[in-house]
Amino acid sequence: MNETPAIELRKINKRFGQVHANKDIDLVVKKGSIHGIIGENGAGKSTLMSILYGFYHADEGDILVNGNKVTISDSKAAIGMGIGMVHQHFMLVDNFSVLENVVLGAEDSQLLAGGLDRARTELKRLEEEYELRVDPDALIEDLPVGLQQRVEILKALYRSAEVLILDEPTGVLTPAEADHLFKILDVLKKEGKTVLLITHKLREIMAATDMVSVMRRGEMVATRETKNTSMEELAELMVGRSVLLRVDKAPAVPKAPVMEVDNLTVTDSRGVQVVKDVSFSVRAGEIVGIAGVSGNGQSELLETLSGIRRATKGTLKIHGETIDLGTSSLDAADMRAKNMGHVPEDRHRMGLINSFSEYENSILGYHRDPAYSKGVLMDLGAIKKAAVEEIEKYDIRPPNPLLKTASFSGGNQQKIVLAREIERDPEILLVGQPTRGVDIGAIEFIHRRIVELRDAGKGILLVSVELDEIRALSDRVLVMFDGKIVGERGANAEEGELGLLMAGVEDSQLTVEGGVQ
Amino acid sequence: MSAGQLPRWVDLGLIPFLNLAAAFLVSGLVVVLIGENPLEAVKILVWGSLGYGEGIGFTLFYATNFIFTGLAVAVAFQAGLFNIGGEGQAYVGGLGVAFACLALDHYVPWYVTLPFAILGSALMGAAWAFIPAWLQATRGSHVVITTIMFNFIAASFMGYLLINVMKKPGSMQSETRTFEDGGRLPFLNDIFPSFGFGYAPVNLSFFVALAACVLVWLLIWRTKLGYEIRAFGQNATAAVYAGMPPVRIIVVTMLISGGLAGMMAINEIMGSQHRLLSDFVTGYGFVGIAVALMGRAHPVGIVFAAILFGMLYQGGAELSFEMPSITRDMIIVIQALVILFAGALEHMFRPTIVRLFTPSRALETKEA
Repeated sequence: MNETPAIELRKINKRFGQVHANKDIDLVVKKGSIHGIIGENGAGKSTLMSILYGFYHADEGDILVNGNKVTISDSKAAIGMGIGMVHQHFMLVDNFSVLENVVLGAEDSQLLAGGLDRARTELKRLEEEYELRVDPDALIEDLPVGLQQRVEILKALYRSAEVLILDEPTGVLTPAEADHLFKILDVLKKEGKTVLLITHKLREIMAATDMVSVMRRGEMVATRETKNTSMEELAELMVGRSVLLRVDKAPAVPKAPVMEVDNLTVTDSRGVQVVKDVSFSVRAGEIVGIAGVSGNGQSELLETLSGIRRATKGTLKIHGETIDLGTSSLDAADMRAKNMGHVPEDRHRMGLINSFSEYENSILGYHRDPAYSKGVLMDLGAIKKAAVEEIEKYDIRPPNPLLKTASFSGGNQQKIVLAREIERDPEILLVGQPTRGVDIGAIEFIHRRIVELRDAGKGILLVSVELDEIRALSDRVLVMFDGKIVGERGANAEEGELGLLMAGVEDSQLTVEGGVQ
Repeated sequence: MSAGQLPRWVDLGLIPFLNLAAAFLVSGLVVVLIGENPLEAVKILVWGSLGYGEGIGFTLFYATNFIFTGLAVAVAFQAGLFNIGGEGQAYVGGLGVAFACLALDHYVPWYVTLPFAILGSALMGAAWAFIPAWLQATRGSHVVITTIMFNFIAASFMGYLLINVMKKPGSMQSETRTFEDGGRLPFLNDIFPSFGFGYAPVNLSFFVALAACVLVWLLIWRTKLGYEIRAFGQNATAAVYAGMPPVRIIVVTMLISGGLAGMMAINEIMGSQHRLLSDFVTGYGFVGIAVALMGRAHPVGIVFAAILFGMLYQGGAELSFEMPSITRDMIIVIQALVILFAGALEHMFRPTIVRLFTPSRALETKEA
């Protein structure tokens, strides 16, 4: 076992402002192995790979390629050292042929013709050697995603990559395509290439890798030989035993449903189904949490229910009225009129207008309320008065309604949004990532407000990627994976179990307890 | 974004002043290059535009045009839209004025005609902005492209109407008949003879322009529609989150913008020419972009910027008269430099100024 590793990382550190994205990362990747790196979103996997590929520079630490200490200044340097990367989002030119895409950026002369012929020969050799068959003259836009990914791999091989980094490669693939990818990775391994597979899916790690390293909150918490570990162990390592958030709350006293969603399907602009036939209900006086790794359809679900996004099909029952979401043209204002508040997941992109002053943001979405108008003009006096009341009640600092929203801290900005939505006394509140980027003190305050609203008999749908938050607040937990609700648990759901559901392990494979859908 | 909180006087006073100073400095170099004395040139320019009643009258007349076209661009700016079509919208707006005047001038005094002329010009200007607006809102066709195309269509369309339909019979000019008194706005010289505006064409529409400034200010900063326009312009995603329909905001904003551009025709057609004639807009629509940029899309700023450009137009004419080596083309070079520094290079001095006025506040760590 004295062979020099293909890649070795020593004490890599990377900070973005106050966020410590990578903390003292050590990693050894053996030559000719498939090495998986697993962790939740935001665990620091992508940052680490970006450092290895030259997109970011580590603040501290060393990178060794084949035993030599190197500085990777940019992706060109990385390719020069034989490190290739297949990105989650393909970097291909749609209206170029496969051959042209492979050559792009690696043309060996100003005139294309001769180079293209040589490239065609080389491509043919690669295709045969690695069983990666693609028609070199096909246009990228005509190829299915599985084949597009193959082109990305060919691109890296054409640049004589010895180490191949694949960032969430199966995110866009069908299960059959994913299986095929794993076969390709096996062939690559047999030919002596080293593969780094980044994913948050446990099943793929178990199916494809030799070694697996687990990242959590910027740290490398464990490295295991895949055959000596289990999904359960990895899930526990991924989620970890972090500090429990405590929220004092009495058991819920749920009443009649205030919102019933049936067979909701949502298709995004690329034509991909992001929410698949989802049904659930929220009752008055309970908090229903939706757990899941981000990007599994929760955002789209919230946007659809709040009237921002159109559904493909499905119905919403609210206040005894049944709305066909597939055909209705209700927008966010209509949904607000139905007493539905919405704290969006991304306050900067959606919940606030940063260049507006605090009082202007305090009526965003409620600006048509007659209470804020005097004839054709807006009643600035009334608006400011309401804003000042909210500032006092929610302890928003600095207490100045004329200040631009961008000048408030993250926690206070979130309080502005929360105050606006809660103080309109909604029957239903949709809440997305209520404490993302918010300091501890504000987290506590925000959680308390949400529980108070529940105790006032309102129905709350909470989406969060923070499992702690879901467990601390929810009276019922639904787990979303790949656009579907894959499991339901009660208020005292086990963390490890939720973690497995979030990672795509089928509910039927788990010990059956609590209400299973 | 990074510009944070500069003191207001710096943001609205110092920075425009520096931009202007830079423009005049470079213009001065150009004047030196062609062998004239730049200080003398500045004296002639300022005296020619502000030194005597008639000069002031011309300056205000041009400024009236710029206020309308500047407001038009500014309103669209607030919604994040770039209306380059002021030129065409103003031209077609002339049609609305002409309809009102030709129909009414025999029967009623000017103050009865005026509301119809305002309405007509605004409606025609808005109509000309409607198709680009609709295409932008529903198909995503960029208004910069479509409005500029519509300028060409307007030119051809108006040319056709003036030559084939509206021309005075027997005339060789492509223009309508001259309006009677019922279709003529009073000159300010006739209302306030003591100011000595002389033969300057500045007329009552100057006050219409000022009223438009007040109304635009009210609209943008004091009404729900204005709130929605600004919200949409600053963050379209948040606007959708708040339930504001993008299609309606884009279309309504562009209609208001087009209407304001169209109203420029009141000054030229009903106020000064007293007939509809071809090519009366001659660049006012385009300069309106510079006026709006320099006035920071605010009505008060636009009034000042419009007067400045009025000075350049009027003073420039005097300059080319007094200094024959400074031709009309040279004046256009100077105007272009002002547009360049005040508009395109508006952010040139900003980073330095921001650094000067926020010295000790160290780099705030960005929130993740």
